[in-house]
Amino acid sequence: MSEKNTDETPVVRMVNITKHFPGVLANDSVDLTLHRGEVLALLGENGAGKSTLMNMLVGLYRPDSGEIFVKGKMAEINSPQDSMALGIGMIHQEFMLVGNMTVAENIILGMKDLPFVPPMADIKAKITELSKRYGLQVYPDKVIQDLSVGEQQRVEILKLLYRGADILILDEPTAVLTPGEARDLNEILKKMLAEGKSAIFITHKMDEVMEFSHTVQVLRRGKSVSSCPTNTIKRVQDLANMMVGRDILFSLDRGPYKPTDVMVEARDITVLPIGGGKPVLDKVSFSIRGGEIFGIAGVAGNGQQQLTEALTGLLRVDSGTILLNGKDMTNKTPLQVIKSGVSHIPADRGRMGVVGDMSVGDNLSMKKYRTQELSSHSVINKSWVRKFADHLIDVFTIKTPSQDTSVKFLSGGNIQKTILAREIDSCGGILIAVYPSRGLDVGATEAVRQNLIKQRDKGNAVLLVSEELEELLMVADKIAVMFEGRIMDIVDADKASTERLGMLMAGVEREDV
Amino acid sequence: MNLLDFITRLLAATLAMGTSLTYATLGEVYTEKTGILNLGMEGTMLMGALAGFATAFNTGNLLLALLMSMLVGALLSLIHAFLCITMRANQVVAGLAITMFGTGLANFLGQRLGPATNNFNLTGMNIANKFSNIAIPGLSGIPIIGALFDVSLLTYALYAILPFSWFFMYKTKHGMVVRAVGENPRTAAAMGISVTKIRYLYTLIGGMFAGLGGACLSLSFIPSWNEGMTGGKGWIVIALVIFSTWNPGRVVIGTLVFGGITSLQFSLQAAGLKMVIPSQFLGFSPYLITLVVLTAMTIINQKKKGSFASPSALGVSFAIDDK
Amino acid sequence: MRLGLEKRDYRSTRMTVLVPIVSLLISFLLGAIVLAISNVNPLQTYGAMLKGAFGSQTKIQYTIAKTIPLLLCGLAVGIAFRLKFWNIGAEGQYVAGVIGITWVMQFWTFLPNMLLLPVGMLIGVLCGAFWGGIPGALKAQWSVDETLTTLMMNYIIIGYAEYLYINAWKAPRGNMGTVRYPEFAWLPRIWGRVHSGIYFALILVVILWFVLYKTRWGFELNMIGKNRRAAQCQGVSIKRNIILAMLVSGGIAGLAGVIDSAAVTHQLTKGVNSGYGFTGIIIAWMSGLNPFVSIMVALIMAALETGSDALQLMKLPAAMGEVMQGLILIPLLAGSIFTEYKLVTHTSHKEATV
Repeated sequence: MSEKNTDETPVVRMVNITKHFPGVLANDSVDLTLHRGEVLALLGENGAGKSTLMNMLVGLYRPDSGEIFVKGKMAEINSPQDSMALGIGMIHQEFMLVGNMTVAENIILGMKDLPFVPPMADIKAKITELSKRYGLQVYPDKVIQDLSVGEQQRVEILKLLYRGADILILDEPTAVLTPGEARDLNEILKKMLAEGKSAIFITHKMDEVMEFSHTVQVLRRGKSVSSCPTNTIKRVQDLANMMVGRDILFSLDRGPYKPTDVMVEARDITVLPIGGGKPVLDKVSFSIRGGEIFGIAGVAGNGQQQLTEALTGLLRVDSGTILLNGKDMTNKTPLQVIKSGVSHIPADRGRMGVVGDMSVGDNLSMKKYRTQELSSHSVINKSWVRKFADHLIDVFTIKTPSQDTSVKFLSGGNIQKTILAREIDSCGGILIAVYPSRGLDVGATEAVRQNLIKQRDKGNAVLLVSEELEELLMVADKIAVMFEGRIMDIVDADKASTERLGMLMAGVEREDV
Repeated sequence: MNLLDFITRLLAATLAMGTSLTYATLGEVYTEKTGILNLGMEGTMLMGALAGFATAFNTGNLLLALLMSMLVGALLSLIHAFLCITMRANQVVAGLAITMFGTGLANFLGQRLGPATNNFNLTGMNIANKFSNIAIPGLSGIPIIGALFDVSLLTYALYAILPFSWFFMYKTKHGMVVRAVGENPRTAAAMGISVTKIRYLYTLIGGMFAGLGGACLSLSFIPSWNEGMTGGKGWIVIALVIFSTWNPGRVVIGTLVFGGITSLQFSLQAAGLKMVIPSQFLGFSPYLITLVVLTAMTIINQKKKGSFASPSALGVSFAIDDK
Repeated sequence: MRLGLEKRDYRSTRMTVLVPIVSLLISFLLGAIVLAISNVNPLQTYGAMLKGAFGSQTKIQYTIAKTIPLLLCGLAVGIAFRLKFWNIGAEGQYVAGVIGITWVMQFWTFLPNMLLLPVGMLIGVLCGAFWGGIPGALKAQWSVDETLTTLMMNYIIIGYAEYLYINAWKAPRGNMGTVRYPEFAWLPRIWGRVHSGIYFALILVVILWFVLYKTRWGFELNMIGKNRRAAQCQGVSIKRNIILAMLVSGGIAGLAGVIDSAAVTHQLTKGVNSGYGFTGIIIAWMSGLNPFVSIMVALIMAALETGSDALQLMKLPAAMGEVMQGLILIPLLAGSIFTEYKLVTHTSHKEATV
């Protein structure tokens, strides 16, 4: 990107910002400086405190201590309205749009200086004008829930521009975009910078830092560990080290690849969406052998979740066949699937993996309570449960005050370990893991990956859905890439390159490469 | 009696019956539109009826009576708002508590605010003034639609309030805020809207309307006070909100149908016609219809997403720090 | 400085016990204020209520007799609430139970005398279960909002019951009410007004406690109630359990109606929609869905009802009982937040920067 302009007062200066949440020090004396016409990449792992820091800049949270200066003046930002008045606007990871309202209504929502009856015709004209200027095509009368994710993001950007924001904060904006859409976003950003606007770009992807930003600031466990011009970064590896605090392990202990019989087989699985339209899953076929980790790559939202739900009986398929351990398990109930030997580490661990209000012990026994191991006839034997839970807590090194503690009070890593313990303990040959290391710290991530590999080495079939190519290349034996409900290709992990997988993820077919 | 006459009378009775329901339903639509479910309508309406009647009885001032019923309705829903918004209590249970407390308190006060000669009881007392029907000369003589022009002031007011409510909800910036808060409070908060403030405000407004709905019963329809005189109308209101698909402009459709069915049994009796269906069947038919309509709407919503959807955040408490 | 709420790191057991007790005290205090404002002596009124509920053997018997249907309704509602299924239709399920037993008593006269009561009770329970099962099935199959369906179904069955006792099943004499059940088919009394229905209620408390806290099914209900999606992922069938729980819930509410009509009213007549089903909701909520605690709460609710009957005789406002029943829930609802959150004071960040 072009040279940035540094010879003026910074547009944003955050000094010594500290913020506590119950049990967590989310930001610890963080400083941040943003100049006019600059893109600052805020890099860090999940949970490093990037979003928290930005939420304070837009007034969603208030810092416990520290000062914020905007355009040279000290600012007291108590609400999003305050920050908007200062020209700061944020695009959250989860879009802040009202689904059943129109684009135009969303853009003006909450603006204070509107008349009682907003003049919609003028507003729409202004929106159209803005969207032409920055190449953001949207129709003001469309209802949000009918728009694609990329279009919704454009509405979010327009919303900020319409309100005259000149400092834009984007929270992982490419997470939901295809590489092509991400390139478009980059173009839009460039146009805005040329007009003297500035941007902060939250990400945990290193290649984006190199591609988008002028300056990079790295947060680690709530602390700012580094801030430097992007062009002084020599190797991506250096960034990664700063982010995680030590050299990332690029190899894990794993035995040789010794595939056995096919244990999971999907034939032409098709799932149609409610109300018609493009299939969510479009004739998906693959097979997984014992002793094999089968990875599924792809941008989140391309059918991975539905695929695993179909396999585990949580979602009905419209056509196709699912064979698990040799038995036809198409459209069987989750219980029948579990009994056929399938364990499932679901994508959303808080909502699907554990019951937060129940104890660690109860959560550990949620698969086996119905077996003779923990209950006789229909009555659960509490003392058997206690012994069983203590054993698992020990084996999987789950850090908890006691097995009676409610799961929701554990850290993310220990919640995931609880799920792992339960699912691996009850595993009957097939393990399905969906984004198992998402949002975990390095230690917990390593534990998760090591456990998956252990299952593979034991001869089990493992399905691993991940959005991190690095993880897949490290752990999986085969990698399938999903795009818009289809499997684009299946490749051997040791022969796959990041570039090729990236192309597939963007929907580029083999022949076009 | 000819058919034309019969229909005119039925419509008149329907309007009288429907006015109270319309006010309260409109109030509940406003409240639910911001995401707060207030099942306390039955108690709030009864308190409104009591407050209106007691004020009219003791002062003779009808305007003051209306204001009192609105104030009392607002106060009662303030408790609901406090429980559900500030204390994040379960909205279903909180609403039931409001109904029970409101019903009890109204009945209790009905035994205290009357004259000493009647052991302080208000039951059986009459009031000097009431909202009686005002006929507009010329218009009220027209068959059938004439009934629309021979109603009480409370009903005439609705002719303006209903269209305005629709306009307010869908064309003004305030309406936009209300819809956003009920549909996606996180977004609303991010856009600088105080979800708490809006929810409090419209829960209070909902209570005011419910109080007014109650006052319609005790000051116009049958000017009197009886314990439990709302007789489940507050629950019908909850059903009517679904009928309206949370659109203030459509509130009147449901209230007319319900008011009509209820009035039909009286009108038929008045016309000396022998009922084919037992009157109790007519009595519960609105609930049965609601049950069927609700089920149908839910199924259609699943087939075709969002056709008649309720506000997405209905019944869910919201705090900005919740992750 | 301003006050705010902060999520606790753990669930406070101290608060779980303290909140209901303090709430109860607060509600009586608020009640006293209501009384004082309306020129009634609170102490005198509470004294009269206490005497009316427990002042003599007969009064204690009345209160206990009233506790029985209330306790059963509380248990019924509690089961559904465990699943976060907001069954506010216990009132209707209760009426369905009464209709069921009355039907048998009226028309199944071909049965041997000995069998009339047990069969009647069984049919009544089944009617309650059926009436509860419908909203359960609607919810399970199409996720139709149960708050509204159960509510609507109350008024449908109450209207139908009215049709029965005013029209179809009306006894030849009088203008409403069915013919009384034959005396040999009444539930026997065991101590004055207290009838043998109390055995059913108490045994059910023990059974439910065991089922809910000790068995696989109880564990499944707990999982579903606390995280439906996670339960589903663990292979628990949500549909089956919702329907099952609602059949049980409706059945128990039906049993409440069956017992009360077989032991007290002996007919289907006006007043069958006694409000027990609605009060059951308060009982379930206040007891924290615990069957044993429900006994205590049901007794308090019953005492408020019998106590306020006594007020009428003393020319005091009898509606005070109703006021108290509603009032009791309000501080409890407001206070429950303190088991999960604690009160903290926020200082604005300028002051905090030293």
